[in-house]
Amino acid sequence: MAWDRNQMAARAARELKDGFYVNLGIGIPTLVANHIDESIDVTLQSENGMLGMGPFPYDDEVDADLINAGKQTITELRRTSYFSSAESFAMIRGGHIDLSVLGAMEVSEKGDLANWMIPGKMVKGMGGAMDLVAGVKRVVVVMDHASKSGAPKLLHECSLPLTGRAVVDLVITNLGVFEIETGKGMTLVELASGVCVDDVKGLTQADFDVAVSS
Amino acid sequence: MKKIFPDAKAALDGLVFDGMTVMSGGFGLCGIAENLIIALRDTGVTDLTVVSNNAGIDDFGLGFLLQTCQIKKMISSYVGENKEFERQYLAGELELEFNPQGTLAERCRAGGAGIPGFYTKTGVGTVIAEGKEHKEFNGETYILETGLVADLSIVKAWKGDEQGNLVYRKTARNFNPVMASAGKATVAEVEEIVPLGSLNPDCIHTPGIYVQRIIEAKHEKRIEQRTVRERQSA
Repeated sequence: MAWDRNQMAARAARELKDGFYVNLGIGIPTLVANHIDESIDVTLQSENGMLGMGPFPYDDEVDADLINAGKQTITELRRTSYFSSAESFAMIRGGHIDLSVLGAMEVSEKGDLANWMIPGKMVKGMGGAMDLVAGVKRVVVVMDHASKSGAPKLLHECSLPLTGRAVVDLVITNLGVFEIETGKGMTLVELASGVCVDDVKGLTQADFDVAVSS
Repeated sequence: MKKIFPDAKAALDGLVFDGMTVMSGGFGLCGIAENLIIALRDTGVTDLTVVSNNAGIDDFGLGFLLQTCQIKKMISSYVGENKEFERQYLAGELELEFNPQGTLAERCRAGGAGIPGFYTKTGVGTVIAEGKEHKEFNGETYILETGLVADLSIVKAWKGDEQGNLVYRKTARNFNPVMASAGKATVAEVEEIVPLGSLNPDCIHTPGIYVQRIIEAKHEKRIEQRTVRERQSA
């Protein structure tokens, strides 16, 4: 037993607080929008230049001039504002965004993040990820705990080129939740349903403390 | 001075030369200067350095200039949607400089604003910081990034007037305003050229001073990821 993609997204959604401005990355982080508690007011930012991102459009509402950072068609809300990419990253770099949820290939026990490049294999680019991890107040990573072949992705040191150093505050995997504090390292604070600490240890290279409240 | 030109070909006349730097507005295929990209290809200009957040897709946008190998170097933040790009890059036929997206936008903004460099936290501790000046401000480390200017900027807006004032629509604004400001010559293509005075002066996104030439053109506006939701039946 472990969490599936939607359960991971639902867990990440619990990090969103009333009044937050939030940027969601591509993949599982995008699903977080489906799990936001209706009792809180959250504004989603899309780094191509929009605050107040709405859901996907109905078929007859699709507008080529209205896309999110994943190039998906979306809709606007009554609160929406549009701006240039420079303004958008001024918001991000200037520390005005409260929380970002991103995917990852690797995270180190010090909070280093690698999520943009596999040398010699993948040539895509970092997009806005480096700006987000450098500027956003709190960075939450959502990812599978290990690769399909069982290789750990929570490591002592990242092997792939970094997106940022000591930037990750929380990691949510299919097995559980880890807090990372600068100078203190990584702590396992929650386990997914049916998962025990030894299951996690067997698939983790990074050192971590255990502080799971039952 | 008359800024309105009859078409994309005429609007680029006398502005292009081999080895030049071109900024191309847009995010993905949203808000790209579709007609000017094709006209640029048809000039036959080569050895271009192109500054653009993305590289189009194989058969649209900047993909047209990649097919014909007119681009020598790209400065971009994300090129994952173009397989021909990846092929040319891995074969060593194309130079590539990755910039974080916000750094790229700010480099254009700074270039257009006469600011030769700025410090940012983005990329500190990564390959992006290698070889760049590091400086501490209030106990935090920043790196020096430089402003960018282009010989030519091609941008796309929703509406414009004969003075070159531009208004963009929704997320099609993206990189267009900063690139318009950073071109030694800027050519804008718009969906509609409107009579002088019909744009609200309080709501102009790019003041006409940044725009030397303007054309009205038809736009295909291709969509990369058409995502929709189902209507709940009542």
